[in-house]
Amino acid sequence: MKRLLALGAVVLTTAALAWAGSEEPAQSGGAPKPVITKATKGEHCVEPNDFMRRNHMKVLLHHRDETVIEGIRTKKYSLKECINCHASEKTGSVAASKDDFCVSCHSYAAVKIDCFDCHSTKPQGSMAMHPLNAETAHYAHKLAAQAGRPVSTEEMAGIAQ
Amino acid sequence: MSDTKMSDNTPDSPERRRFISTATVAAGVTLVPGVMLVEVAQGRPEDQPASSAVRWGMLIDATKCASGCDDCVSACSTENGWTPVAESKHPTQAPQWIRKLELQDPLTQGQTNLPMLCQHCAEPPCVDVCPTGASFKRDDGIVLVNRHICIGCRYCMMACPYKARSLVHEPLNDTQKPDVPRGIGCVEACTFCVQKVDRGDGTTACAEACAKSGNNAILFGDMNDPESEISKRLRELPTKQVRADLNLNLGVRYHGI
Repeated sequence: MKRLLALGAVVLTTAALAWAGSEEPAQSGGAPKPVITKATKGEHCVEPNDFMRRNHMKVLLHHRDETVIEGIRTKKYSLKECINCHASEKTGSVAASKDDFCVSCHSYAAVKIDCFDCHSTKPQGSMAMHPLNAETAHYAHKLAAQAGRPVSTEEMAGIAQ
Repeated sequence: MSDTKMSDNTPDSPERRRFISTATVAAGVTLVPGVMLVEVAQGRPEDQPASSAVRWGMLIDATKCASGCDDCVSACSTENGWTPVAESKHPTQAPQWIRKLELQDPLTQGQTNLPMLCQHCAEPPCVDVCPTGASFKRDDGIVLVNRHICIGCRYCMMACPYKARSLVHEPLNDTQKPDVPRGIGCVEACTFCVQKVDRGDGTTACAEACAKSGNNAILFGDMNDPESEISKRLRELPTKQVRADLNLNLGVRYHGI
């Protein structure tokens, strides 16, 4: 009897494995699965992945009101910190291309995000890479005015980054 | 105008000496525990809400504000990521958080220079008229717009006696600064560099730029703290509130207008 059970278990496991394996090619028919890239920084998220996948919008909503209205700027649950860790290495952003962290899942789930109408999608500190560093950046258009040419909006965008 | 410093703290002045001695004592006390040092350096801890024990304010000395200088305006636009009007595609509707005004008395031809920005009223008309509660005054006296609930109706712009608010008309296409979210369809104005204040810098981009230019016309600080530099200067100097008749109790005071 025992031997029969063990055999049954082996058969079931093999079947399960085979089924799991067959899922990969089968998905080509459905919507492409989101690309979830591991965060560039840190070992793990501020909460377990399962919790974050279901509840990130709730914690962000709670934190945003505390920050805007009361001025509490703790790092846990801060959108800025999400971006700092999850910005893609390729685009430097969480929402610039379709494989970037936020956009990837949101387009799969067909949920529109409007965070980035106002919030920057790029982490802080990329300023240091700009030829004008934080010390001199606010003189950029002064220098340009002296040189007799207007600063384009693209350049301003560069400074803003 | 030859005296370019905000206060006449010559190396020998007793006021400066008093300040230095108290500052040294304070530093000595805080250096020993180690933890205190961080608190002093960063101001309010990040998990604490803004407190009404503080009221942020600004003293602008119009007699030191130089004609033709707009360093405060450029510094503000750089810090907060708004495009300067001169570079805007639509200058008439471009957001302006701070404007440089050059006024001339038609009778005497006397000229006055001053920056005009949100006056951070204690009784702000923009907050009174806001239909959604997006326009609000934070506990430390900074008047802000909660962009999450602003519907862009612009009542606050009409209510403001100082023309201090702007609406963002154009999509900003991810040109915002990470610290300063702002976007199309929302009203915005000077925030007293709230991101810097919360970081504990204790100053604003315009005040820093003005000091750097050597004019020292802008002084930022806590008006509730009687020992702060701004409180001391406000006690000494005759200052005015713009449109004082409206009884709004402004956070920005002008000297020499």
